[in-house]
Amino acid sequence: MSEAIKKPEAVESMIQMQGVHKWYGQFHVLKDINLDVKSGERIVLCGPSGSGKSTTIRCLNRLEEHQQGRIVVDGTELTHDLKQIEAVRREVGMVFQHFNLFPHLTVLQNCTLAPMWVRKMPKRQAEEIAMHYLERVRIPEQANKFPGQLSGGQQQRVAIARALCMKPKIMLFDEPTSALDPEMVKEVLDTMIGLAEDGMTMLCVTHEMGFARTVANRVIFMDKGEIVEQAEPDKFFTNPENERTQLFLSQILH
Amino acid sequence: MQTHTFKPDLPPPRLSVGALGWLRSNLFSSVPNTLLTIVAVYLIWLMIPPLLDWAFFSADWVGTTRADCTSDGACWVFIQQRFGQFMYGFYPTELRWRVDLTLWAAIIGAAPLFVPQMPRKAMYGLGFLVVYPILAYVLLHGGHFGLETVPTSRWGGLMLTLVIASVGIAGALPLGILLALGRRSEMPAIRVICVTFIEFWRGVPLITVLFMSSVMLPLFLPEGMSFDKLMRALIGVILFQSAYIAEVVRGGLQAIPKGQYEAAAAMGLGYWRMMGLVILPQALKMVIPGIVNTFIALFKDTSLVIIIGLFDLLNSIKQATTDPAWLGMSTEGYVFAALVYWIFCFGMSRYSMHLERKLDTGHKR
Repeated sequence: MSEAIKKPEAVESMIQMQGVHKWYGQFHVLKDINLDVKSGERIVLCGPSGSGKSTTIRCLNRLEEHQQGRIVVDGTELTHDLKQIEAVRREVGMVFQHFNLFPHLTVLQNCTLAPMWVRKMPKRQAEEIAMHYLERVRIPEQANKFPGQLSGGQQQRVAIARALCMKPKIMLFDEPTSALDPEMVKEVLDTMIGLAEDGMTMLCVTHEMGFARTVANRVIFMDKGEIVEQAEPDKFFTNPENERTQLFLSQILH
Repeated sequence: MQTHTFKPDLPPPRLSVGALGWLRSNLFSSVPNTLLTIVAVYLIWLMIPPLLDWAFFSADWVGTTRADCTSDGACWVFIQQRFGQFMYGFYPTELRWRVDLTLWAAIIGAAPLFVPQMPRKAMYGLGFLVVYPILAYVLLHGGHFGLETVPTSRWGGLMLTLVIASVGIAGALPLGILLALGRRSEMPAIRVICVTFIEFWRGVPLITVLFMSSVMLPLFLPEGMSFDKLMRALIGVILFQSAYIAEVVRGGLQAIPKGQYEAAAAMGLGYWRMMGLVILPQALKMVIPGIVNTFIALFKDTSLVIIIGLFDLLNSIKQATTDPAWLGMSTEGYVFAALVYWIFCFGMSRYSMHLERKLDTGHKR
């Protein structure tokens, strides 16, 4: 109850983007993005490259700065205030295309770094949590190896475990399978499906349409910095309304 | 169903492995390489035997005065007789135990840092870095706890070289790292200050810095106020070398992929934690060769303090060779100086290679 009084927006929606614009120099990358994500929703963003889908989710933890509009994440508005930005980042986990594990730390140290230094958790407790999530992504036996000794698929699963160790309320995935060899895509997608089944709020930029179909509540199609169409996966894939969406789907679904 | 049978592994051709294989691939792989090998062997044969003869076989090893230098070879009696001066300068003979104790304290104090299983190593290392300089100062300079004061003007020899080099390294590294971070800062004021600082100190020769610190600075200070001469030289060396370290470290910072910054930021790590835990450990590891290179240069540059009249190792030796009782000993003196410098520099270089191997976590792409 007190939670609801403190941040009324959190109950309604985890993420609100209202009229968000962004420019890279002269180039208008995001045009009037409006998005509302409820707790537990699983959203897939797709679209041609350069359409602004990665930029959109990177605005949600302020890896990119928006220049106009309002972004509220879990009741905290993203402004220039560093404290607020760090507060949002604590609650939002992110998984990158190129994993971005810290190569000088072991898998276990990668997972305990943020809980220990950001959440001020004692080392032992952080390690317990890390092992729990490493088991969850099915690589506890690699805990004391360095990232460079793992395969791409294993690295990406470590990256997911690392993000989960902060017990985030929202998970952002930025093309998590694009840099993987084909035979490793499935192990990462299975991990993400497992997460989705547990009710995690997820935003995922991906070209894996099979994943979108089975996991997403909503698929968003972006092109040239705008949200062109959003719909439930069934409707999105069988009966897209916009001709741009139809063209895109015809190109990627052979 | 058809089953594929894989072929067994066969041994490599006999001539490509072993000593014979090594000779073939390294010394006689082509006609020019074979010629070079022959020329090199001839040069070694020309140079090494006479050198060994001079330095060892026909050298004088025992004696007390110049008169004992009777043979054609080197006269190491000179080095033996003046060894104390080369090591301690004019530090009073009866107080030299304090210098020895300082060195032993460094060795014993730092030893636990090289034990891999040592718990709380970072805390211990920091504590050592704070406590040891104070201890070293009290021991070397004295003036407290009933220790007789030995003014820095009496310090000299290898001891002075080591003091300047180690204070220079210990001061220049942290300052250089801060300058490198500042130069890449998003805050324009900090960036401008750091760029100006680095470019200024890199733009002037160390000799000028030392000369200015010793001769010009006192002119600008108010009457009666003066710093110790060694202290001024140390500050000059630190500021000068930190500019070089800063540029080396900046090279490492630039080589860290943007994804590492983003991953650290996305976890909620603030600037200092991101740098201290994620970026700098990787960047510094990458530039170990460059940093050690700078340290080696710094170690040898300490001999420039001759310009302000401090008697470091090289200067002590030079002075001893002008002693009328030991005329004609400069070759021995300079060979000895070269050997001592080489031992320290080679040691640093080997240690840096060891560090590189130890810290390599196999993530090269």
